[in-house]
Amino acid sequence: MTSAALAGTPLANTGALARLAFRRDKIMLPAWVYVITAAIASNSYSLNKLYPTAAARADLAGSGGRNPALVFLYGRLWGDSLGAVSAWRYGVWAAIFAALMSVFLVIRHTRADEEAGRLELVGSAAVGRLAALTAALLVALAANVLLAVLLAVVLVVLGLPVAGSVAFALAITTCGLAFAAIAALAAQLAAGARAARGIAIGALGAAYLLRAVGDASGEGGVSWLTWLSPLGWTEMLRPYTEDRWWVLALPLALTAVATAGAYALVVLRDHGAGLLPDRPGAATASVFLRSPFGLAWRLQRGTLYGWAVGFAFTFAASGAAAKGIGSLLGGSSQLRNAFTRLGGQAGITDAYLAAIMSLAGLAAAAYATSAVLRLRAEETGGQAEPLLATAIGRTRWGLSHIAVAVAGTAVLLAVAGVAAGLGYGLRTGSAGPEVARLLGAGLAQLPASLAAAGAAVVLFGLAPRASVAGAWTVVGVLVLIALFGQVLRLSQPILDVSPFTHVPKLPGAAVTVHTTGAPLLWLSLAVVALVAAGLAALRRRDIG
Amino acid sequence: MTNAIEVRALRKTFGRTTALDGLDLAVRSGEVHAFLGPNGAGKTTTIRILLGLLRKDGGEASLLGGDPWRDATTLHTRLAYVPGDVTLWPGLTGGEIIDLLGSLRGSRSGLDPKRRQDLIERFALDPAKKARAYSKGNRQKVALIAALASDAELLILDEPTAGLDPLMEAVFRECVNDERHDGRTVLLSSHILAEAEALADRVTIIRDGRAAETGTLAEMRHLTRTTVDAELAGPVVLDGLPGVHAAEVRGTHLRCEVDHAALNDVLRRLTATGVVALTCRPPTLEELFLRHYSAERTGPGATP
Repeated sequence: MTSAALAGTPLANTGALARLAFRRDKIMLPAWVYVITAAIASNSYSLNKLYPTAAARADLAGSGGRNPALVFLYGRLWGDSLGAVSAWRYGVWAAIFAALMSVFLVIRHTRADEEAGRLELVGSAAVGRLAALTAALLVALAANVLLAVLLAVVLVVLGLPVAGSVAFALAITTCGLAFAAIAALAAQLAAGARAARGIAIGALGAAYLLRAVGDASGEGGVSWLTWLSPLGWTEMLRPYTEDRWWVLALPLALTAVATAGAYALVVLRDHGAGLLPDRPGAATASVFLRSPFGLAWRLQRGTLYGWAVGFAFTFAASGAAAKGIGSLLGGSSQLRNAFTRLGGQAGITDAYLAAIMSLAGLAAAAYATSAVLRLRAEETGGQAEPLLATAIGRTRWGLSHIAVAVAGTAVLLAVAGVAAGLGYGLRTGSAGPEVARLLGAGLAQLPASLAAAGAAVVLFGLAPRASVAGAWTVVGVLVLIALFGQVLRLSQPILDVSPFTHVPKLPGAAVTVHTTGAPLLWLSLAVVALVAAGLAALRRRDIG
Repeated sequence: MTNAIEVRALRKTFGRTTALDGLDLAVRSGEVHAFLGPNGAGKTTTIRILLGLLRKDGGEASLLGGDPWRDATTLHTRLAYVPGDVTLWPGLTGGEIIDLLGSLRGSRSGLDPKRRQDLIERFALDPAKKARAYSKGNRQKVALIAALASDAELLILDEPTAGLDPLMEAVFRECVNDERHDGRTVLLSSHILAEAEALADRVTIIRDGRAAETGTLAEMRHLTRTTVDAELAGPVVLDGLPGVHAAEVRGTHLRCEVDHAALNDVLRRLTATGVVALTCRPPTLEELFLRHYSAERTGPGATP
């Protein structure tokens, strides 16, 4: 296919657009592929360390494969080979990440470019009507093929069987491909990039739920629901046990159908318009919207709702998995140690619950950081300028988004505590006390999570250009210290840098003024100091 | 008469580039002042300093009698601003954004609903549409309506008609004239000279971060040349006369530019030959402007 042969056709200059897309994504795309590959490889490697013998894995398969909460989270377990356990533990989640990579990629090069007006500029050149869509899909195809090849090679290098590794890699990447096509379809339906992304990610969420409910319902229930989900197909392929290659036909067929739909629709709609109409909104602002806080809430609430739903499901399932966690870990003293390191020493169940609460704290720190960085997005996007030309001072503007970050983080941690409490309590018949206990444990993470947000505020005030990269580096370092600090034998002063090191291990640890109250008070004061310093710097610098 | 904006020897650098290099600007209260210059001359930087968004590196700037940096929030209750490149929040409707900006600006109770409705009708804006669905012109209208519907005493408009169609541009001109009648001060940054010519009481031309020229259009014209286009009864030679520039003679047709002071002598010479047809035209703003920006035409003696 030469570019000359395509000139004047609806596909004219597809190659040039695809090269442009690769050029723009030269960091993002390799990063996604690398992170997914590295996560699976390192986790398969550590699974091998944690469960070195067939007997230990059979034990895990016996308890974990029957624990409905874990089946809900990860899917069904089909065998007890190292490959089968890896595929069970990481297959669905790797497919989710491959799908997210594909969705972001396709929307960025279709709908988002169209919304930003870049596609109009490009489209006025000798570029065919179908070129942008085709280029985006080609880039997604290339990304998924690259991921498949890398994954298969790495898994074989780790010592896993060749056929199973290829099947596993294809199970993940054909799911990514299917969601690239779904995103292409969503890009035609919606009237904006956000809405298109919402439709595609909503489809991914629905696929996860169908699979989770189908898997957890057990034989004789609604287990056929799993077959309706592209994420379910990744497990139904049963890599490393049966390698049912014919299952690959399902994601490929879905890809073909959704792609055909996208091509059919792209010629039907106008540039810049979607097939689903943009609903008109209010012609006047409500009283609540007429304040900086109201605006910040309006801009951020959708994101917070999404996080809250994710927190509710994840921590309800994680909490439910706490019952019987002792027998699940029975075969692995290393895993037991991993939990007690993260969660404290007071019995394996409390250690597990405390560990998932500190994971909630880390995830909430990521949310808080993203909420604070909205300030920077508003500044670089140009929306801050007309706001700051009104009677709203910089401090009030900054505080409006910081307030959303603080309130949102508190809500998320409360959701995590209540969901985990319900998940665990309903299975053990003590929902009330467990909810209260875990709500407290969740909220105890709040000052540490907000410290990450405080660091983001300081960076935003002092070094705005470096603030986005800097703030996410801070989150990365906190995650690294919390999860691997003791494994890597980092010295105590380095561990002490992370606020999460100072959070009491709840539930489990004794609650006293000295051990619980004092560190939380100091952390809270540190957060206030960070925010004050960041806002003081913001008042002194140039905007824009 | 006091000055709403008073800027003296203003300096601002970004790293190694100098955006403002000793700018002077005075906007009198109650006037419409056009702030002219090509892209990159420093118009937007000046406005951002006046809004307290950027910190000046040197010189003086005062706005409505206050310090634009120190007193930013109190001063902002008395002004309204339309940025040159209007970006709105895609999920909010135009009507919501107009109300939001109005409420955030005023210490008073937001916008006058009657005036808001009137402006929405005059500019033919659909306020119930989400901002993401607006064209560039419609985004501009949202910011303009939010500014014009306010009761601010100073309007700072940075290239406000970019993206408006000619019909809407006419509406905009009407609105600015209404503002003038209400005694409001307008700083209108633009590179559309016809707009400045139609609206402005006084003009400042900015070049490379400095004011190249400032004054009323009449004053500027007075200081510069008049274009003379004449059809004469016989051949004429003007070369000996001082104050005549760029003379083109084709047979009995003459076209030249004449210094204000030399106009009388030139006309006397022409009538002596016998005039068949004559047009005398003061320079357009465009000619004034080009004179500052084209190198060939700013030789020695060209500037008065």
